[in-house]
Order: sequence, then C-alpha cells, then structure tokens
Amino acid sequence: MSNSLIHNCETCPAHNVGNLTKLGINMDNFDFVVALAGNPNTGKSTVFNALTGLKQHTGNWPGKTVTRAEGGFLYNNKKFKLVDLPGTYSLLSTSTDEEVARNFVLFGQPDVTIIVVDSSRLERNLNLVLQVLEITNRAVLCLNLIDEAKRHSIIIDERKLSKDLGIPVVPTSARYDEGINELLKMIYEVATGAFVCKPYKIKTESKQVKNAVEKLKGKLLQAFPKLPNVNWVALRLLEGDQEIINAIRSGDLGSLEIKNFIPLLEEQT
Amino acid sequence: MENINNTYRESIISEATTLRWEVGENFHDSLMESIYKNASEIAAHSVTQKNKQQNHTFDQKLDKIITSRMFGFPAMFIVLAVVFWVTIIGSNAPSAMLASVLIDKFHPWLKEIAAAISTPLWISGLLIDGAYLGMAWVVSVMLPPMAIFFPLFTLLEDFGYLPRVSFNMDSLFRKAGAHGKQALTMSMGFGCNVAGVIATRVIDSPRERLIAIITNNFALCNGRWPTQILIATIFIGGAVPGYLAGIASAGAVVGVALLGVVLSLVVSWGLSRTVLKGEASTFSLELPPYRPPRILRTLYTSLIDRTAIVLWRAVIFAVPAGLVIWLVSNITIEGISLAEYFINWSNPFGLLFGLNGVILLAYIIAIPANEIVIPTILMLTVLTLGMNSVGAGDGVMFELESVNATADIFKAGGWTLLTGINLMLFSLIHNPCSTTIYTIYKETRSLKWTTVSALLPVVMGFIITFFVAQIWRLI
Repeated sequence: MSNSLIHNCETCPAHNVGNLTKLGINMDNFDFVVALAGNPNTGKSTVFNALTGLKQHTGNWPGKTVTRAEGGFLYNNKKFKLVDLPGTYSLLSTSTDEEVARNFVLFGQPDVTIIVVDSSRLERNLNLVLQVLEITNRAVLCLNLIDEAKRHSIIIDERKLSKDLGIPVVPTSARYDEGINELLKMIYEVATGAFVCKPYKIKTESKQVKNAVEKLKGKLLQAFPKLPNVNWVALRLLEGDQEIINAIRSGDLGSLEIKNFIPLLEEQT
Repeated sequence: MENINNTYRESIISEATTLRWEVGENFHDSLMESIYKNASEIAAHSVTQKNKQQNHTFDQKLDKIITSRMFGFPAMFIVLAVVFWVTIIGSNAPSAMLASVLIDKFHPWLKEIAAAISTPLWISGLLIDGAYLGMAWVVSVMLPPMAIFFPLFTLLEDFGYLPRVSFNMDSLFRKAGAHGKQALTMSMGFGCNVAGVIATRVIDSPRERLIAIITNNFALCNGRWPTQILIATIFIGGAVPGYLAGIASAGAVVGVALLGVVLSLVVSWGLSRTVLKGEASTFSLELPPYRPPRILRTLYTSLIDRTAIVLWRAVIFAVPAGLVIWLVSNITIEGISLAEYFINWSNPFGLLFGLNGVILLAYIIAIPANEIVIPTILMLTVLTLGMNSVGAGDGVMFELESVNATADIFKAGGWTLLTGINLMLFSLIHNPCSTTIYTIYKETRSLKWTTVSALLPVVMGFIITFFVAQIWRLI
C-alpha cells in the first residue's frame, strides 16, 4: 500500500518538475542518446530548447535547422544527450538536409527517437511517423502545437493514437512550456525500458516484395553481421538507392556506426 | 579472402537488380501509397474536427493579400520600409547617448588615468586611441540599430512572413534558373551571409546550391545595414527637405536592399546560362500557419542570439583593426605615414569610381568584418585632412556627438552626394567578409568556387560604381 503510494508520487509529473536539470551543451558521459525527428516547422527546435535550456534559433519557417544541434539534460539522475535533426518529410528521399536526419535515425541508433508532429496536420505528419517506426523500436510521439489544433477545433484522442501506434503519445505546446514534463517522463520510461514500445509496422508489401526483402536480408546479414536496420537497408537496396549500393560495393556498410559514420557524412556535405 | 568478399558483395547487388525486375517498377509508388493509406486510417481513428471550414479563414484572407500577384510585392516593400524607418528614427537618440558616454566622457578619462600612471605615449595611443575607441565606436553606432532591427525582423519571422516572401519570389528565381528556396537562403543572408551560405543546404541540386552560395553576398548582412543607414541618413536625408529626410533615407536603404535582390537574380540568371547550366528543379514549399508571435520571448532571444553575438563579433574585429589603423597612421617614412602613402597613391583610382583612396584603404582594413568600415573611413579622413582638432590625434577612431558632425567630416573630406551613393553601392557589392569566404570554402570544398564567390562581387562593384560615376559626371 505504502509502496504503491511512493511509486505513484515518483511517476507523477508534478513530483518530477524539480528533477529536470537543463545541461546546455554539457554532454559528458551521457546515459542515453535521444533524437528529435519530425516534419519541417513542427517545433523541433522549440522542444529542443525547452529540454536543454539552450537557445537554438527558432523561426516560423520550414527548413531552418540544416545541421544537427546537440544538447544535454539530466532527468531522474540520468544524463541524456539530445540531438535536434533537420526536419524531413520522408526518409525515402535523397536531399542533403534530409539525409542527415535519415542517417542518424538509421545508423546512429538513438536510444529514443522523439517524433515531433504538428497536431493540426496529423494525418500528413503520420507519413513520416510510420517511416520512422519502421526503423526504430523506441519512439515517443510528441503531439506538438496542440494549442493551435485546439484553436482549429481539432480534437485528438491521444490514448487511441498511442494504442494504434504502439508508442507513448504526449500532447505538448512547447512554445508555452506545456506538456514538457509529461514528455520527459515518457522519454525516461522508454529509454529505461519501463515502457515497452510495440511500434506499428506498415501493412504493405505484396508477398513478392516480402520474399524479395527476406532474401536480401539474409544475404546482407551474411556479409555485414552487425548491420542495424537490415530490413530498411534491404528495402532501399531493392528500390535501387545508389548510396546504399555504393556502400555495399565498397564494404563501408559494415562500419556504419554512430561515431565513424557521421563525420564521413559531414565531409560529403 | 578480400576478393571473395568483393564477389559476394557484388552478388548481393546483382540479386537486388534481379529482384527489382520481379517486384515491378512501380514498387516505390505502391510503397508510398500504402504509407499514405495507413496514415489516413490511423488519423481517422483518433482525430475529430468540429466545424471544419470556419477556422482557417483568417490565415486564408491574409494569405490572399500577402501572396497575391497584385499586392504581394507592394506589401513586401511597405513592410520592409516600415522596419527600416522605425530603425532609422529610433536609433538616432540612443546612438548619440552611447557616444557621449563611451567617447566624450570615458575616453578622456582613460587618457587621464594613463597619463597619471605615466604610461608611455605609444602604449596609451595603441590601446586607448586604437583598440578602445574602435570598440566604443562600434558599440555606439551598431548597438541601437541592431537592437531595434533584429527584434522586428525576428517578429516577422516568428509570425510566418518569411516563407510568404519566398513564395512571392519563387517564380522570379525559377525564371533566373535558380532554386525557389534561394529566396529563403537569401532572407537568412539579410541577417548574416555565413548563416545564409550554410542554409543553402536545403537546396538539393549542387548546381542550384552553388548559385545560391555565390549570390548570397548580395543580401545585405547586418554588418552592412548600419553603413547603409548612416550614409543614407547623411547624404540622402540631407539632400531633401527636413520633413522628408526619414522617409527618403529609409527609401534609399530599401532601394539598395532591393537592388541586391535584383543583382542576385541577374547573377543567378547569368550563371545558370553559362558556367552552371541546367534546368531549375521544382520543390514544394509548405506555408506555415500564421502564429501569434511571442513578443517578450522574441525580444529576449533576438537580443541574446543575434544582437549580442553580432556585436561581440564586431567588437572582436574592431579591437585589432583599431590597432592596425593606429599603427599605419603612426608609422612614418620621412614624415609621411604608411596610410597616407596608400591613400595618396590610390586616390586617383578611387575618384574614377566615385569613391576615394580613404574608402579603398578602409575596405582593405575591414575585410575581416564589414562592421568597422565606417569608423575606419572616418578616422582615415580626419588623418589625411590633418584635422587634429577633431580627434585626439593621428590614428584615433572617434565618434562625434551627432550625425551632423559626422557629416561635416565627410564634407570636409571632399565627399559629395555621389560619394555617398557609390559608397552605399560598393558596400552592397563587394567581396564577402573573411568569415563568409571561409564558410563558402567549407561548404563547397572548392578553391575555384570560393575564388569566384569572392572576386565576382568586387569586380561587379567596381564596374557598377564606375558607370554610376561617369554617368553622374555627364549629367
């Protein structure tokens, strides 16, 4: 009885307000890496600033963040490194700014990916959400700009949505610092494994495609046993993504890890 | 072993090619289709919207005006003109106040202290007359306009106006063979060309990205706004009746800024017809909803983010520049300083372009930062005129209590309306600052294109000022 009371207190957002320490750019010895992904102009940088206390320049236009920005915060005695990615509509395209986001989620292997969406344009934003859920198992959906959605009389049942997507869904209004504590709590739970995500997988490909992907997956794993997201790589290979083909040909695909992949990428840009 | 691996990897690729034929060509489309279908099902399940039509009407009405063919451009000019007018009118008094504190009170006071502890003359000259005054000048002339201009600009950005500007200009840029998003990177350049050059990463095609990088310099950066504003106030504002001065000088600054936009279109057109040939690619630009700006937060972040950072950069560059100016005007050969040698030698060239030797030397000293052009010019003018009663001695960057006194210096230096106009033009059209040049190199990794980006504008600047000067003299 008393145990559960204490437990309830600890998980209550009100209790945890004091547990957030904004660390700015101090990111030494972090426990978890968290990525911020989402469509352009959904407020990723605003969420980033709210969590880290940094003053990344924000602005009301798509495509403002073109490089990665990093910051840190401390929550419940765990150190998080937060990476703000450029906005992207899709993970299937090939432009330089979208590539940064795509490659980080794909090969950077963040512990948690926060997908920030514009609540008043949920359906369109979900296209990216579904693609991100294809390549990661640990994600939190941040229903940002919820105030704007309300102004437009849009009501979102976040519990239904959470059940459908299989990940936590948190309504926020980062411009007004609303919902940030709930967001932190869910990031923490997903990172520590307290919340186990069962992400929605796109119901799609014909049997033919499925078989083809399986075949390629088998072959890829034989050549690159440690390859993360082999499913996605196989899909892209099947589509004829030249970048993936080059990486296979040169053998670089095997060494695509967070540390040696990102500098390689920055040289190219 | 390595060979076996190679063969195996090649076999993966060839297998993928075979499979691609089996699954059919429109596999990508069908994948996208199923993603859209899944997304719409999920959204339908959890989203409800009441009275669908009503709430977007404000946005739509405003967009009908702001992005219309008829009113889009006039609205843009008016918005810009109002921003500059407020900046020009608003920054006069605080500038004078800062100058009177930092220069009239603080500078003699520092000199007295230095004299009291018997500092050698050359040390107090170098540090107080050179470094300190350089910094003080930059603070008093740049801080007020920046503290007004940046928050206003940030409010516009926060409100959602910039993508609309980009939308209006998109077709112009595409006709010039450039990418429509270049309008956005240009807007970033209005703040700082370094930011503008980095922002070109949003452009996918390397050809169009290069065009955007090369032409970004034609967006007046904040290091050059104060020069434009001051010169316009003195020469344009001075050429019209007093009650029109504010509007005329604001109009002149808008005019120069628009000339920058036109040049950036013309150069883009030229490049895409010659060395960077190709078709313009299409893109979709999402117009974000108008959002009520958060005024207090915007004021805070634009003061911290932009104003303080830009000012700090200006101060960092002004201190060594102050030292250099003091040195070149105090190291003498046979009684004539190095600065005077250069000025006397280059003056005939300068006059050919409607400028003068002082301006040319100032632009060489100010390559690291556009912010210090005006203080350098003032100091050098006084030096060549031997107006030692105005400043405290050779090589002193000084401020004068009012814009009128600055105007007197210029006029004593033989400046005319033409000099003022051509300085405004040359300030728009010359090489980017050294930080921007370095950024261009980092982004393009190409010495060739970095050289082009640096030299093209300065050559154009000389050509344009030359023709303006010749035509002016004919009339």
